[in-house]
Amino acid sequence: MWAEFYIEEPERSNEPFLRDPCYSGGVPAALQLERTKIRRHSGVVRATHWLTFIAFITLLVTGVEIVISHPRFYWGEVGNVNTKPLFVIPIPSSRDTVPTKYNYVMPDQNGWSRYLHFEAAWVAVLTGLVYGIYGVVSGHFLKNLIPKRRDWNWRAYRERIVQYLRRKPPGSAEETSYNVLQRTAYVLVIFVLFPLIIWTGLAMSPAFTAAFPWTVELLGGRQSARTIHFVDSGLLLLFLLVHVTMVAMSGFWRRVRSMITGTLRSSGEGQ
Amino acid sequence: MKPITRRKLIYGGVAAAAGVGGLAAADRMAKRYGLIPPDGGGVYGPGETLTYACQRILTTRMPAREFPRSMISKNPFANEISPPTDEFKRLEAGGFKDWRLVVDGTVAHPLVLSLADLKTLPVRSQITEIACEEGWSYVAEWIGTPLSNVLREAGVLPQTRYIVYHAFEKNLWGSIDLGDAMDPHTLLTMGMNDGDLPVPFGGPLRLRVPRQLGYKSLKFVTHITATDDIKKFGKGLGSVDPEYGYSWYAGI
Repeated sequence: MWAEFYIEEPERSNEPFLRDPCYSGGVPAALQLERTKIRRHSGVVRATHWLTFIAFITLLVTGVEIVISHPRFYWGEVGNVNTKPLFVIPIPSSRDTVPTKYNYVMPDQNGWSRYLHFEAAWVAVLTGLVYGIYGVVSGHFLKNLIPKRRDWNWRAYRERIVQYLRRKPPGSAEETSYNVLQRTAYVLVIFVLFPLIIWTGLAMSPAFTAAFPWTVELLGGRQSARTIHFVDSGLLLLFLLVHVTMVAMSGFWRRVRSMITGTLRSSGEGQ
Repeated sequence: MKPITRRKLIYGGVAAAAGVGGLAAADRMAKRYGLIPPDGGGVYGPGETLTYACQRILTTRMPAREFPRSMISKNPFANEISPPTDEFKRLEAGGFKDWRLVVDGTVAHPLVLSLADLKTLPVRSQITEIACEEGWSYVAEWIGTPLSNVLREAGVLPQTRYIVYHAFEKNLWGSIDLGDAMDPHTLLTMGMNDGDLPVPFGGPLRLRVPRQLGYKSLKFVTHITATDDIKKFGKGLGSVDPEYGYSWYAGI
């Protein structure tokens, strides 16, 4: 995601590639560029990517609709308009029982939003299950997403960050593989933010927590679970925005096409 | 695109047949064990059915979370109620002595109970959280008699599948399955935090269903009907809530 920056014009200067730590031992840039098509994403990755995309957008929209009915957040077990909030989102509410700075009440959309939120959550969870099993069995996680052993140090991160700050072109290896910052971002989203948002969602279910009370107790209570769920959704939205920005900077349709067909055309053509 | 070989076609056909067969078997099982909610049709049906079926399998016989007395909310929030009718005001003025709970439907002995009658049944108190679908919640002590006591008294017939309950305003009604109805935590609530249940909180009689969200805990309950056919009530969606777009099951 991060490094797709300057990919349009890698031939302008070959020198940085040669100094690139990622580049050493890789395929020389010139050879790489001669190939016009590269197998980039497997079928399972592509299918689960787009299913997750549809489910996430649905969850986001319906989630916002649900938040509007009570845009106040609390910490601990309980919270309502008679208790002190942790923070308040300064938006109008769809309930006249919630005090806001606005003198009007939004229409109530919670019914269908809740139905659709949980249906989309099932799509996300089942897709995640398929992707998780595939990722382990096929070696996709180890090969493509877990940062490479030699990058498990601050130097690797620092070099990558400096590369971005100086807007240096990425190494050719980054055309077909992810660098340590991209891998870290994906690992955080796939193994931390997504599991946490499912957990905190279930921790708000009175039936689920009857069966597994520790799932909400570990989080500090029902309202804490709701607040973490909200913050987590914000972080996932932030990831989505950065992700799409980076895709746009490295050739939006070329990258989108490669996530649909699985084949990445080299940057020279297809633009 | 690679050509489709005969082997692939056979594998694909077998997989598709297994898939269809599996779904048909799952559907039969779900119907037999009552895992499809009354509003399990339509666009949201698959998601709703998955949620209800999974939670039914997981939570049967699992009690709702209970809290220590120290966690009772000092200042609980009572949601809006529609303005009381003259009839309700008359009953309130009489200390709800004339409030009646009718129990009928698929029962051996239909009953008409006053609040005093209900209080002669074993009383139970529990400290549970009530959470609104909007997101807010509070903890209170709820005192009353388990619905299961009343149902046993009335002698629920074996074909019964759902318990329907109506409020003082007849157009407000809901239903729960037998699993929730026979759960000892499902309480015909008459008291709250050591006092009588205040009217804004549903007094004199509220059905607390603590494993579901607040809107399943109907205020001002006057009528309980056991039934083997939920389709006969309203638009056949199990409660008035789906008619306004809200799900029948509110365990999440």
